[in-house]
Amino acid sequence: MNVWIAIGVTVLGCYAVKLAGLLVPAGALERPAVKRLAALLPVALLAALTAQQTFADGQTLVLDARAAGLAAAAVTLMLRAPFLLVVGAAVVVTAGVRAMGAG
Amino acid sequence: MRDALGVGVAVGLSGFAFGVTSAGSGLTLMQTCALSLLVFTGASQFALVGALAAGGSPFTAAAGAFFLGVRNAFYGLRLSQLLALPRAVRPFAAQWVIDETAAVALAQPTRRSARIGFFVTGLTLYLLWNLTTLLGALGAEAIGDTDAWGLDAAGPAVFLALLAPMLRTGTERAVAGLAVLLGLGLLPVLPAGVPVLLAALAAPVVLWADGRRGRERAER
Repeated sequence: MNVWIAIGVTVLGCYAVKLAGLLVPAGALERPAVKRLAALLPVALLAALTAQQTFADGQTLVLDARAAGLAAAAVTLMLRAPFLLVVGAAVVVTAGVRAMGAG
Repeated sequence: MRDALGVGVAVGLSGFAFGVTSAGSGLTLMQTCALSLLVFTGASQFALVGALAAGGSPFTAAAGAFFLGVRNAFYGLRLSQLLALPRAVRPFAAQWVIDETAAVALAQPTRRSARIGFFVTGLTLYLLWNLTTLLGALGAEAIGDTDAWGLDAAGPAVFLALLAPMLRTGTERAVAGLAVLLGLGLLPVLPAGVPVLLAALAAPVVLWADGRRGRERAER
C-alpha cells in the first residue's frame, strides 16, 4: 500500500510540474536566480543519489563491488563512450568482482 | 537521424535498466509499469524506487522524485513559447515534456519542425520506454538474483551518466561534491530518503557562496 501511495504522489507531482511549465505565463520563472537554482538542483540530487546507491547498504556505508562498477562507468564516461557502454561497463565489472568473491 | 537513433537506444536501455532495478527493489510488475506509464521521467523513477528500496517513507521518497522532476517545468516554459500549442492540447502534451523531447524540439529551426520533432520524439520514446520497462521487469523475474548479475550497479551508473555532462564549471562541481558529502554523511543518522533532500541544499548554499564572492570582487 505504501508503495502505491508513493507512486500516486509522484505521478501527481511530476505531472503537475510538467503541466505548470506549459501553462504559466512566460516570464514568471525567468528570473536568473531561479533559473540557476533549477539547473543546479538536479546536479545536487544526482550526485547524492549516485553516492548513496553506490556506497549505502540500508543505513550503513559499505565499500563493495558496486564501487568498482561505478569506477568503470566513470572511466568509460571520461573516454566519451556512449550511454549503453557506460551502464554496461558498470554492470559487467560489478558482476565480475562479485563472481571473484569480493563484496 | 543518427542522433534520434542514439537517443532511442539510450532511452530503451535505461527503460530496461529501470524495469530490472524496480523489480529488484521489490516493486510488483503492475507498480513498475504504472510508474513508467504515468510518471514518465526517468531520473525521478529511479530515485523513487531507490528510496523505497532503502526503506524511505512514501512521502520522502516521492519528494526526492518530485524535486528531480522540477526541471521539466523549465523545459515546458521554453517549449510553450516555441510550440504555441492550443490550450486544450497542453494537458496531453505535458506528459511528454522531458529532457529528450525538449532537446530535440529546441534544436529545430521552425515552429512546424519543432512541433513535429516534439510529437515524434515524445511518441517514440513513450512507447519505447514503457515497452523496455515491461521487458526489464519480466527479465528481472526470470533472472532471479539481480545482484549476482551486477544489475544493482545500473541505477547509479545511469545517474552518473546523466550527471557527468552537467559538471561544466567549478560551481557545478562544488555543488556535486557538497551533495555527496551531505548525502553520505547524513545517511547513517537520518531516516532513509531524508539525506538526499538535505543534500539538495548544496545547490542554494553554493549559489549563495558564489554570489557573495562575486559581490566581494565587485567591491574591490
